[in-house]
Amino acid sequence: MAALSEPLLIEPAHESPSARAWRRLVKRKSAVLGLVIIVLFVLVAVFAPLIAHYDPAQQSWTSIRKPPSLRHWFGTDESGRDVFSRVVFGARASLLAGGVSVSIALALGVPIGLLAGYGGRWTDAVIGRITDAMLACPFLILAIALAAFLGPSLQNAMIAIGLTTTPVFVRLTRGQVLAVKVEDYVEAARAVGNPPIRIAVKHILPNILPALIVQATISIATAIIAEASLSFLGLGQQPPAPSWGSMLNTAQRFLTNAVWMALWPGLAIFLAVLSFNLVGDGLRDALDPRER
Amino acid sequence: MLRFLGRRLLQLVPTLFFVSVIIFGLQQLLPGDPALAMAGEERDPAVLEQVRKQYRLDQPLHVQYLYWVGGVLSGNLGESMRLKEPVITLITQKFPVTLQLALMAIAFSLTIGVTAGVISAVKRDTAVDYAVNVIALWGISTPNFWLGIMLIFLFAVHLNWLPASGYVGFLDDPWMSLKTTLLPAFVLGNSFAAVLMRHTRSAMLQAMGSDYVRTARAKGLAERRVVLKHALRNALTPVVTLGALELGTLLSGAVLTEQVFSIPGFGKLIVDSVFNRDYAVVQGVTLITATTYILLNLVADVAYVLINPRLRS
Repeated sequence: MAALSEPLLIEPAHESPSARAWRRLVKRKSAVLGLVIIVLFVLVAVFAPLIAHYDPAQQSWTSIRKPPSLRHWFGTDESGRDVFSRVVFGARASLLAGGVSVSIALALGVPIGLLAGYGGRWTDAVIGRITDAMLACPFLILAIALAAFLGPSLQNAMIAIGLTTTPVFVRLTRGQVLAVKVEDYVEAARAVGNPPIRIAVKHILPNILPALIVQATISIATAIIAEASLSFLGLGQQPPAPSWGSMLNTAQRFLTNAVWMALWPGLAIFLAVLSFNLVGDGLRDALDPRER
Repeated sequence: MLRFLGRRLLQLVPTLFFVSVIIFGLQQLLPGDPALAMAGEERDPAVLEQVRKQYRLDQPLHVQYLYWVGGVLSGNLGESMRLKEPVITLITQKFPVTLQLALMAIAFSLTIGVTAGVISAVKRDTAVDYAVNVIALWGISTPNFWLGIMLIFLFAVHLNWLPASGYVGFLDDPWMSLKTTLLPAFVLGNSFAAVLMRHTRSAMLQAMGSDYVRTARAKGLAERRVVLKHALRNALTPVVTLGALELGTLLSGAVLTEQVFSIPGFGKLIVDSVFNRDYAVVQGVTLITATTYILLNLVADVAYVLINPRLRS
C-alpha cells in the first residue's frame, strides 16, 4: 500500500547511470544552488586578474583601513591593499588546496583501499591498523604537525591535508570493495580468468565510483576549511600572497576599527564550504541506489 | 562484557603502535640535518651535539624509535627546547584548560544539538524542520575561527558584554572563568552541535517509525511521553557512538578556538611549539591527543554496549 501512495517515477529507457544521477541532482534546488556557487567561485579564481580592480599585493599608504566604498567595494586592509581583490585572488589558493589535496588523497587512498579489500588477510589487517592509527590522530592536529615538520607553505599545506585525508578514502574504498566483490559480475569476471588487477580496475572501481564521488565532494569542503585553518595559523599560504585564512589572521588584530577585513574572507570561506556540502548532500541522494 | 572489554583493549595495541610510528616518523620529514632543525635558533655545536645525543640521531632509525617509545612508555615525552621543561609537565599544565573548554562545548552541543534534532524529527517536513536543517548546515559550513572573530567583534568590541580574550581558571574565579570561556565554548561546540543534531534527527526518525513506538501510541500514552521516554531513549544509543567519533573534530577545533581567544590550553601549546620549532612538544601533544581520542572511542564503545541491553549478553 505504501508503494502505491508514492509518486511513480517514470525514468527514460536506456538512460546511462551518470545521466540519471545528473537528472536527479539538478532536481534538488539546494544542490543546484551549491553547483552555481561552485561554478561562480571557479570563474572568479580563473578570471581573477580580470575581475579584481587592483593588484592584490599593491600597498597604498594613503588608503589604510578604508571602509567599503565605490572605489574599494570590500574596503582596504592595514597596508592599504584592496580587500575585494585579495578575496578574489584568495579563491585560487582555496580552490587549488581543495582540489589538489583531495586528488592526493584519492590517488593514494583508492589504490591502497583496493589492495586492502582485494588483497590477502594480512595485507588487509596491516593496512586496516595503519588507517585506524591515522584516523585516531585528530585531522587538523595531524595536518598541523605534518605542515610544521614539512615547513610552512601552500604546497606543504596541500600535501599535509592530502595525506591526512587519505585514510578516509582507504577505509571507504575497502568497505565498498568488500561489498562489491561478492557480486555475481565480479565472480563471473574471476571465473573467466581475469587477473585481480583487471578485476579491481575494470569491474570493481566503476561500481564504487559513486561513493567515492560523494566523499570527494564533501572532502573538498573539509580541505578548504583545513587550508584556511592552516593559513590562519601561518602554516599555509605565506604573505603577501592572498589567502582567506591568512587574511582573517591579520584581520583579527584590527577588529575594533576595520571589521570588514574579517567579514569578507570569512564569508567567502563559508560560501565555498557550504556549496561543496550542498552538492555533496545532493550527490549522496542522487547516487544512492535506494533512491531508485 | 569482560571478554568484550579485553578484546577491545587488545585491538588498541596495534593501533597505538602505528600511531607511535607515524608520530615518530614526523621528525624524518624535517629537511636537512634534524639536529639543526630540532635545536631551533641554537647553532652552538655543543647544543647540537647534545640534541644528537638526546634523540640518538647518530643511531639507526629503529634504535631511535625504540628509545623514543621506551621513553614515552615510562612517561618521558622529551624536553621542550624553548621552555627547558619536560613535555609531559607542559601537557599536564595545559590539559585542564582544554578539558574545561571541551566539557563546556560538549554540554552546549548536547543541549542544543539533541534538542534541535528531536524537535526537527517530531516536526518533520514542517517549516521548523527546514529551519533547523538550515541552521545545522550553517553550523557545519562555518569555520569556527571566523565565527570566533565575529563573536568577539559583537560581544566584546561592540556590546562590551564579554572579554575578547584571555582565560581565568575556574578555581581562581568561577564567574570570571565562565565569562572568559562562554564564547570559546560556544564557538567550539557550534559544529559539534550541528553534527549531533543531524545524527539525533535521523536516529529519532528511525525510532519514531518503529513498532515499539507504535505500540506505545496504541496504548494511549501521551505523545510527549512516547517521544521522550520511548523514542529518544533508543535513538540516543547511536548518537553516543557517532558523537564520540566526532570528538576528534572537537580536539582539532580547540586548536583554532584557543588561538582566536588566546586561551593557554593544549591547542595553543601545539601552535606556539610549531612556530618555535619545538618539535618534541609537537610530537608529544599529537601523541597524547591521539591516545585520548582512542581511549574516548573505547569508552563510547563500552557505553554503547552498556546502554543497549541486546548487546550486553
